[in-house]
Amino acid sequence: MSAVIDIPVQPVARRAAPTNTLEPAWIKYVLVTVALLFLTLFLFVPLVAVFAEALKKGWDVYVESILDPDAISAIKLTLIAAVISVPLNLVFGVCAAWAIAKFEFRGKSILLTLIDLPFSVSPVISGLIYVLMFGTQGWIGPWLQEHDIKILFAVPGIVLATVFITFPFVARELIPLMQAQGSEEEEAGLVLGASGWQIFFRVTLPNIKWGLLYGVILCNARAMGEFGAVSVVSGHIRGETNTMPLQVEILYNEYNFTAAFAIASLLALLALVTLAIKSFIEWRLHQSGETAADEAALMPLPHAVVQPVRSTV
Amino acid sequence: MTSLFKPRAAPTRVLPGFGLTLGFTIFYLALIVLIPLSAVFLKTFTMTWEAFWSAVTSARVMASYRLTFGASLIGALLNVVFGGIVAWVLVRYKFPGKRFIDALVDLPFALPTAVAGITLTALYSSNGWIGQYLEKAGIKVAFTPLGVVVALTFIGLPFVVRTVQPVLEDAERELEEAAASLGATPWQTFWRVILPNLVPALLTGFALAFARATGEYGSVIFIAGNMPMVSEITPLFIITKLEQYDYAGATAIAVVMLVVSFLLLLTINLLQAWTRKRAGKG
Repeated sequence: MSAVIDIPVQPVARRAAPTNTLEPAWIKYVLVTVALLFLTLFLFVPLVAVFAEALKKGWDVYVESILDPDAISAIKLTLIAAVISVPLNLVFGVCAAWAIAKFEFRGKSILLTLIDLPFSVSPVISGLIYVLMFGTQGWIGPWLQEHDIKILFAVPGIVLATVFITFPFVARELIPLMQAQGSEEEEAGLVLGASGWQIFFRVTLPNIKWGLLYGVILCNARAMGEFGAVSVVSGHIRGETNTMPLQVEILYNEYNFTAAFAIASLLALLALVTLAIKSFIEWRLHQSGETAADEAALMPLPHAVVQPVRSTV
Repeated sequence: MTSLFKPRAAPTRVLPGFGLTLGFTIFYLALIVLIPLSAVFLKTFTMTWEAFWSAVTSARVMASYRLTFGASLIGALLNVVFGGIVAWVLVRYKFPGKRFIDALVDLPFALPTAVAGITLTALYSSNGWIGQYLEKAGIKVAFTPLGVVVALTFIGLPFVVRTVQPVLEDAERELEEAAASLGATPWQTFWRVILPNLVPALLTGFALAFARATGEYGSVIFIAGNMPMVSEITPLFIITKLEQYDYAGATAIAVVMLVVSFLLLLTINLLQAWTRKRAGKG
């Protein structure tokens, strides 16, 4: 049956399924068509539209929009925010995963929930909490003002909001991965006389490198693309506290659509590169035949939570 | 050396670094997340109950709740139906470009929300690629509540697909074969064998998409039009309050949204425990 139609059913691993469990061919066509229509409308067309709008007035205008001084300073600030927040959350993620995966202690599930908190908080509220702390009416706002330290509506505020938003990414990838791998190899290293750092760099790190990279690229994508939280703490000072997404908003609200889409296209490229690296990591893991647990831990973020489904089956 | 020969449960702390890593984890968590988040709750304690209540139940904020939760609900439901179909197609069928499509499903996670916002607005405005045809049919999407639904559907797209996909991949085809050999039609097999197995994953995906949508800001504000009482979402209303220096009012609404998020987080955790149990039984 499957030889006759264009869309054969994927063969079951060991043997082909008997044909009487297969739905009629027209159902397959309808389902594939519906899925492709939905994805075209919500994925492909928007993706193409970003670049089409950016290049609408030609290559020269595009390059000019990106080389605009305000755009350059927005790109710089976005890079600064990512360069600070990604390593901080990387160190945190490794520490949290080490403590949670290698040891048993009370309150572990509470700690896991607390680490996830920033994911369930609206970006706007993520910005608001720093306004409440550092604003002029805030907890330490008056003290900061006396000492002439600017956090809110300045670069430190943007970095803090970015750190908060990207807080769980690396930890979320590493914890299930390291839990699935267990501690036997590390214990063997210990028995052979390795120090804690040697165990980490020679045994653990090589085992978790792909998961780590995965967490880092997702963390980086979010850090560079964050809008809501950064918008609340930025103050929107052109050329000073505007990140790339904020610059997109300002240009768009000024009806400077081509320039807005030019910067947006850089962010879209970043998203595509992120997805390409992610697919590459998944392909590498597939090639090296690593266990299902590893693969599950590498599912996109919120689903890493679903990981035990695979390991129990 | 002896640690190797101890019973499995005992040697929990043979490896070094427990104090250091747990200490740093808790310190960093408190500094970045817990202390700033507690500021929201402490700020509301400075308000009287009446002031708090009137801030979170004013007509304008009630309208924003209806829009935020209503549009999130519709978006999440659309994603259950179409995301479920996409997951099914990606797992069960082969077609050209499948791997490319599979990789691209995560685009709404990776694409910055502001980019999604301006792009969807450009597409659905009256002279946009899609909007011009809808306009002829008398449907306005951009700058109406319908635009909010479009943005929130886009944002939630990967959640259902990615929760249903692994469950479908692990589903035992033997069960379907057994059902068929016992005389079930494909339709019966779907309703009685396949779908019940997918329900926990579908619900989890629904809850994840819904939770993400309720807090969403960047992709919505461009397409919504942001008219008070009509197309103003709650996160935007919080920002409006902040811009008017009404910090207490903004915080009060934020507390309501936070409580809803925590309840959703709890629901999602329970749903996932259920998914795991179901998979364990299978």
